[in-house]
Amino acid sequence: MSAGTLYDKVWEQHRVAELPGGSTQLFIGLHLIHEVTSPQAFAALRDLGLGVRHPERTVATVDHIVPTTSQARPFADSLAEQMLTTLERNCGEHGIPLHGLGSGRQGIVHVIAPELGLTQPGMTVACGDSHTSTHGAFGAIAFGIGTSQVRDVLASQSLSMNKLNVRRIWVDGQLQSGVYAKDLVLHIIRSLGVKGGVGFAYEFAGPAIDGFSMEERMTLCNMAIEGGARCGYVNPDATTFAYLQGRPFAPPAGLAWERAVAWWSSLSSGADAVFDDEVRFDAAQIAPTVTWGITPGQGIAVDEAVPTPDQLHADERPIAEEAYRYMDLRPGMPIVGLPVDVCFIGSCTNGRLSDLRAAAAVARGRQVAAGIRAFVVPGSEQVARAAEAEGLDQLFRAAGFEWREPGCSMCLAMNPDRLEGREISASSSNRNFKGRQGSASGRTLLMSPAMVAAAAVSGHVADVRKLLETPASRSLSPNPEAVLSAACPP
Amino acid sequence: MTSPSFPFGPVRSVAGTAVALNGDDIDTDRIIPARFLKCVTFEGLGEQVFADDRSERAGAHPLDRPEHRGARILLVNRNFGCGSSREHAPQALMRWGIRAVVGESFAEIFFGNCLALGIPCLQGSHDQIRALQALVEAQPATVFRLEVDTAGLHSDGGAAWPLELGPGPSQMLRSGQWDATGQLVAHDQELRDTAERLPYLNGFASA
Repeated sequence: MSAGTLYDKVWEQHRVAELPGGSTQLFIGLHLIHEVTSPQAFAALRDLGLGVRHPERTVATVDHIVPTTSQARPFADSLAEQMLTTLERNCGEHGIPLHGLGSGRQGIVHVIAPELGLTQPGMTVACGDSHTSTHGAFGAIAFGIGTSQVRDVLASQSLSMNKLNVRRIWVDGQLQSGVYAKDLVLHIIRSLGVKGGVGFAYEFAGPAIDGFSMEERMTLCNMAIEGGARCGYVNPDATTFAYLQGRPFAPPAGLAWERAVAWWSSLSSGADAVFDDEVRFDAAQIAPTVTWGITPGQGIAVDEAVPTPDQLHADERPIAEEAYRYMDLRPGMPIVGLPVDVCFIGSCTNGRLSDLRAAAAVARGRQVAAGIRAFVVPGSEQVARAAEAEGLDQLFRAAGFEWREPGCSMCLAMNPDRLEGREISASSSNRNFKGRQGSASGRTLLMSPAMVAAAAVSGHVADVRKLLETPASRSLSPNPEAVLSAACPP
Repeated sequence: MTSPSFPFGPVRSVAGTAVALNGDDIDTDRIIPARFLKCVTFEGLGEQVFADDRSERAGAHPLDRPEHRGARILLVNRNFGCGSSREHAPQALMRWGIRAVVGESFAEIFFGNCLALGIPCLQGSHDQIRALQALVEAQPATVFRLEVDTAGLHSDGGAAWPLELGPGPSQMLRSGQWDATGQLVAHDQELRDTAERLPYLNGFASA
């Protein structure tokens, strides 16, 4: 068993009691809720005659069902309107803060909690959404839960949990130009498999991770669940503290801040920490990565070909065969040049400011290819306003992208944004499952936001490194500073 | 579709016919596509379980074949229930009539969601599961009895398959405490003590 890791220390601090079945009652420091997985939990609470134990430790927003064109109420979709009304009523009844549409703080739950400073190192974070692993970027232990568990957290601010093993994923080196955190995580999942992480928490560490911004770390941890790991985390460091300082819900400057930093620092996995497993990668060896199949593990470097069955382990062949048929791809064909219909930049994986800047650096001075539907959906109202202040909205519009309002959008198609028929999308989201983007026969290619922008302006899957090497023919940016910041993401 | 009452109290055994769904990595988006999550109750999800897969196979999907009507045990392969944490997935299976899942392996959140509904998920080896799936496809009327206590699956033909179920989930199911809320709420003092010692809940007032 692991010892001395951040996971072990945070687990110990939040242990409430041992339960008869051998599981542990774990205190949940931050509970995030949204409109999809909470209504039945509140109903169950009412049936049990229970209240919300710590309404101040639950925070709500609305993201999955909101339209990204017009967000005027009532929504055209009466079911979506009913879900939001239900969330508003439940939050109102129980005194739970709700960051609603137009509040300036609404957005995808995994985007807003970090940017508001709600997510902090050393916390346990739970949310009825599997991408809660995102918050591990701060050195929190964060995981997705089902609706019965949402009910349990509301009622008791705790959960019955079993401790995971800890696997350290050590990443040496540095990503090359045109290669992003998304490529790293797609590469890791490709290597370890979509079930490789079952039973594990992933600790991401090493020089490459140390050099990552918080937004890059969030992209990485976000997709831990796609590799089967319910949570992924990065030890908190100076980058973490600098990001948090001054955010609305972060500890205030002064003694509280100093004590917070001291406590957070004490939680990092020590030099003598023991891991249940360790794997190493070299960031410098990783190329822009694209999925060709129907699981996030079916990825290849952009300059590779779709694998042939004999290149795959016997266990992987049945699902590869299913993927060839569903995706209508031939084994051995190159992925570069594959035409796409829709290009989607956004989601809890890649809907943050640095993601939009990276895509803008590619879109700048170029035009979306004819016949392609391309749109950019900021992850939150704050991301949207910050991007607009830099002129990114105008840059994208000038290049032929639609600029939308914040929400989950086409990542999961619980709102009007969806694929039609057999359309194929280049998507910066996290899942390429059959039917995921709203059409039962729709197809998804996962990639980084810069790669999505490259696909949009090329009309097909393209190697973003080549576009970054070749300057665009003309600059369409209305704002010289935006050009600079878009070209040089911090 | 007839569905027995939902699990309540101790879950010691599940009896009935079985239905096999072949394939690894069947995700919760396939079990219940996102458009059906636009609801504020779980009612009605039983009819929508595997909606897109079933529509694609136009009546030939195992869940639509008459010989599997009323099946209580679902036989699956590896990493079943991966992806989204939506409890709508086990809810949809439960409302279709499933009361136990037997497979090679399960995604963690799905396993926990099933447990929270009183639905045991038992693991078997690759060979065991393939044999069971083949048996059920050849002889769909076979009636099974799954014993939570021994983690054994028995057929009315006298065959038995030893499966695996961790001691924790097994104990929770047998005692009826698979629904954890009561236990969690009961630890009022322990919850207070934990909240008091967590620095971030106290404004980092002490070092």
